[in-house]
Amino acid sequence: MAKYITKRVFLAIATLFIVCGITFFAMNAIPGGPFDGEKAISPEVRRVLEERFNLDKPLPEQFVLYLNNLLHGDFGVSTKTGRDIKTTIFSSFAVSAKLGGMAVIVAVIFGIILGCIAALNRNKLADRLIIFLSTLFTSLPSFVFGTLLLLIFSTKLNLFQAWSADETNYVLPVIALSASPMAYITRLTKTSMLDALGQDYVRTARAKGVVQWKVIFKHTLRNALIPVITYVGPLTASILTGSLVIESIFSIGGLGSKFVSCITNRDYPMIMGTTIFLATLMITVNLLTDIVYKIVDPRIKLD
Amino acid sequence: MSNEKYDVNQMPEKSPLSFQIDLKKFEKATDDEKRQQDVMSESVSFFKDGMRKLMKNPLAVGSIIALLLIIVMIVVVPHIVPYGYSEIVSVNGKRDKEATNMAPFEYSEMEQAYIEEGGEVFPHIMGTDEMGRDYFVRVVYGTRVSLIVGVFAALLVVLIGVIYGSVAGYCGGKVDLVMMRIVDIIYSLPDMLMVVLLSVVLREVLDVSAFPVLKKIGVNMISLFLVFALLYWTGMARMVRGQVLSIKQNEYVLAAKVSGAKTGRIIRRHILPNTISVIIITAALQVPSAIFTESFLSFIGLGVQAPMPSLGSLANAARSGITQYPYKLLFPAIMICLITLACNLLGDGLRDAFDPKLRR
Repeated sequence: MAKYITKRVFLAIATLFIVCGITFFAMNAIPGGPFDGEKAISPEVRRVLEERFNLDKPLPEQFVLYLNNLLHGDFGVSTKTGRDIKTTIFSSFAVSAKLGGMAVIVAVIFGIILGCIAALNRNKLADRLIIFLSTLFTSLPSFVFGTLLLLIFSTKLNLFQAWSADETNYVLPVIALSASPMAYITRLTKTSMLDALGQDYVRTARAKGVVQWKVIFKHTLRNALIPVITYVGPLTASILTGSLVIESIFSIGGLGSKFVSCITNRDYPMIMGTTIFLATLMITVNLLTDIVYKIVDPRIKLD
Repeated sequence: MSNEKYDVNQMPEKSPLSFQIDLKKFEKATDDEKRQQDVMSESVSFFKDGMRKLMKNPLAVGSIIALLLIIVMIVVVPHIVPYGYSEIVSVNGKRDKEATNMAPFEYSEMEQAYIEEGGEVFPHIMGTDEMGRDYFVRVVYGTRVSLIVGVFAALLVVLIGVIYGSVAGYCGGKVDLVMMRIVDIIYSLPDMLMVVLLSVVLREVLDVSAFPVLKKIGVNMISLFLVFALLYWTGMARMVRGQVLSIKQNEYVLAAKVSGAKTGRIIRRHILPNTISVIIITAALQVPSAIFTESFLSFIGLGVQAPMPSLGSLANAARSGITQYPYKLLFPAIMICLITLACNLLGDGLRDAFDPKLRR
């Protein structure tokens, strides 16, 4: 076990290092420096600025300095707004985390319930309906789905205010964000439930006369949920990338809409900071899920 | 088989003491009766059997038909409809400034006047967009672009993934270990972030002015393909490697090796044909994922270059006028939905039909 964890941690660190490297060198490959902007700067000012941001040093040294700054929690300063990137990221991430957290909870709970219903009513109307809807949800890009929700529920039906910041405003974005992961969890739960229902121990339990709900909750669901646990890692990833789109549609000032706007503004240090921050988050979550997965399911061979 | 050879009457006379069967007491079977004994069914190859199962799956057949219809549409429609995808509607050679944001099958005043004079105007089946371009043609071209993106991206993934995976699986040992560690790292990169980052960078850095063919495709689409080539092949490589690892244990591979076949030939002739079903299934599922990625990039303004439309960029452009012209979002959205649904269902059908693990 310890060997496995060390291996995974090393892999995660290597991945993070590579992400930082790709981000840094990719951003530096773009022609034009950050001070070639709208206003012309006198050479003296430029020199001072370049010295301040270490731009006068060779590229590898800049990379080492940047990594060093990152390790000390310094993401640099946005060249467009002049604000500290770390503060911007943390303040907007709080909003994203709230939205994403609600979406994860909704997706997991409803996904599991719908998946169980589908598995227990195999090949009946309920099963076919659920599977059809979940296939439909996965085949619509999230921005189309979000816009349609906005059109139907706030413009036509006037149920939700589209552009206000009160709590009910989260209903539509959470639905839009959780739709496709929920559909995926539904299908995942259905397959693994069917698999678990066909096991010998379920037949034994039934033969002993255990009641249906007990068979489902004590014997089947527990085992069927293991693949769902592994999906939580990729789920955070898909929620985070999905929130890029959903946040800018519903104009929620989270990290996602910041990311999209810094791409359109070509704010390179901000793009770099956000990419590295989100990548660290995803890689950590993936690492944790993998380790939890191995702990939860002792049948999995450790290599 | 000729019957004369075994004619009972020409056989030697049976001795009365013999215990042998008297053939004269038997009647010869007619051809019809012989055919009744013929219970052997036609031999079916793996491929034929799979296709037969696929054709029995109504969802898969439906999606094949839908995809074929879409392909026919994107090939035929540009020849029938007299508008170009970046062409502003003009009447009798004159630019029609009023023809913007028209509803489906609506004619502008200039067009109506022209029709009354006896001229012919091709109807705007889906109306026109905010610049006065025929929307139907744009949706058709958008479908074409999106499908091309999807198919090419899938082909790239197949090409790289299959070569990488089969080499890693076949060589095994240290080579495999190193190659798979590389795959592990690329696999755990957050893909969407990297896609965004690489598209931002590539469109600034790539210089395709030297190649007229590449220039026509546009930097954005090339960077999209490059992103796919760099990031998305890892799943395919893992899958193929796993298959190759198990297939290479088979006796016929050993036999080929003993008779002196080279590595490349063994991979090409013996191993890859046996992994083809897995490859096709994964590729079919890759197409919608590529279309999705393209529409995601279009949303944040990194998709194909304007005026060229893609379904994603059309849907995104439609969002600004969504309250007045909701149908403009609906048409590309329905197309995206149709293509992804058809590809997903076809992929599922192919897996059910060809995956040996699901065969019963």
